[in-house]
Amino acid sequence: MIDHSKVQKRTTADIAKRIVQDIPDGAHVNLGIGQPMTICNYLPADKEILMHSENGLLGMGPLAKEHEIDEELVNAGKQPVTMLPGASLCHHADSFVMIRGGHIDICVLGAFQVSVKGDIANWRTGDPKAIPAVGGAMDLALGAKKLFVMMEHLTKSGESKLVMECTYPLTALAAVDCIYTDLATIAVMPEGLVAIDWVDGLSFEELQELSGVPMRKLGK
Amino acid sequence: MIDKIIPSVASAVQDIGDGSTILVSGFGGAGLPIYLLDALAEQGAKNLTIISNNAGNSGIGIAKLIGNGQVKKVVCSFPRQPESGAFDDLYRAGKIELELVPQGTLAERIRAGGAGIGGFYTPTGYGTELAIGKDTRVIDGVNHIFETAIKTDYALIKADKGDRWGNLTYHRTGRNFGPIMATAARCTIAQVNQVVELGALDPETIVTPGIFVKRVVLVGGKS
Repeated sequence: MIDHSKVQKRTTADIAKRIVQDIPDGAHVNLGIGQPMTICNYLPADKEILMHSENGLLGMGPLAKEHEIDEELVNAGKQPVTMLPGASLCHHADSFVMIRGGHIDICVLGAFQVSVKGDIANWRTGDPKAIPAVGGAMDLALGAKKLFVMMEHLTKSGESKLVMECTYPLTALAAVDCIYTDLATIAVMPEGLVAIDWVDGLSFEELQELSGVPMRKLGK
Repeated sequence: MIDKIIPSVASAVQDIGDGSTILVSGFGGAGLPIYLLDALAEQGAKNLTIISNNAGNSGIGIAKLIGNGQVKKVVCSFPRQPESGAFDDLYRAGKIELELVPQGTLAERIRAGGAGIGGFYTPTGYGTELAIGKDTRVIDGVNHIFETAIKTDYALIKADKGDRWGNLTYHRTGRNFGPIMATAARCTIAQVNQVVELGALDPETIVTPGIFVKRVVLVGGKS
């Protein structure tokens, strides 16, 4: 039995900081709406990381403070943001040329499920009453050179979000490169999932048990 | 003499007929041509197909048209927004049609429409629900799906400055879909915050050349 009280789960901020470690200096990065947007709060001063917003902004700065708000300067979640020196604006087709043309180095998206093959489901749960909304997720999932997923490891009812096959409608096939959760960092390799690191208080065997899908340890 | 300046939003939209297809710029509220949409709500055209990134919220703009029962179909990438109730209710009741399009595919379909291209192959959406029924092709070892261009009767867009030839500049991320939508409609109508003299806009910084714009209307202040 896993002693959940000993598992030192990562907070959202911890996951964001872990992801930032894997973003190299000079990278062009797009952050999906939801949890991934918090990553911009943890960008280190010693790296120059250029943030892209799908609505036509490259060189996005932090969220706008009260006196900085311009309602015509927003991020993908429609929140008022700022621009860094060197920022550029473009129209939507050019913005998606950056995404679809493979010019964005890394995109971080949230997800409902990720399969062992790197398939991602993140836009609808199939609930007939829910309003489906896809936004830029399908373009980002395939267009960015690398796709990172930031999500809770388990659903609220304790089921693993890592699955053999996604049961929710797909966003993209074989797109995910690395998964960052509150429990672990897991790479999607051609041969399957590889656990890079996991939190204190949790053994690799326990991580495997909670995940419910085959995975191996890095280097083994 | 070319003079595309129209004296009022009401006269700018008066000929939009029932059943028209209309591109509407904006990403949430940024770049949304709210004065033109208000005028269209007033004018009352029905059975409209609205193509935009969102489906409106808070009872204004596109949500006002939907609430009035003027819209039969929405083509968009992200209808779900805070207070998008007007759309949500009709959608759940099966009273409004939704064509959901990935955002980049939406932008490219509009760009293709404006560029005289019939369609294009893209990997986006391959293997998903949104690819059902679409032609597929393997290009350079990658699965693609075929998407058709979008061309419409009208485009309603928001720009910042405009001149009587229809040259336009935009403000910040309010630019979003405006420049591509301007190219893809038979009649593009731009609401602007400022009308300037011909020659006042630096040719190096004009984003939408006037050839793409039929009507320019000055509206009060920023909105």
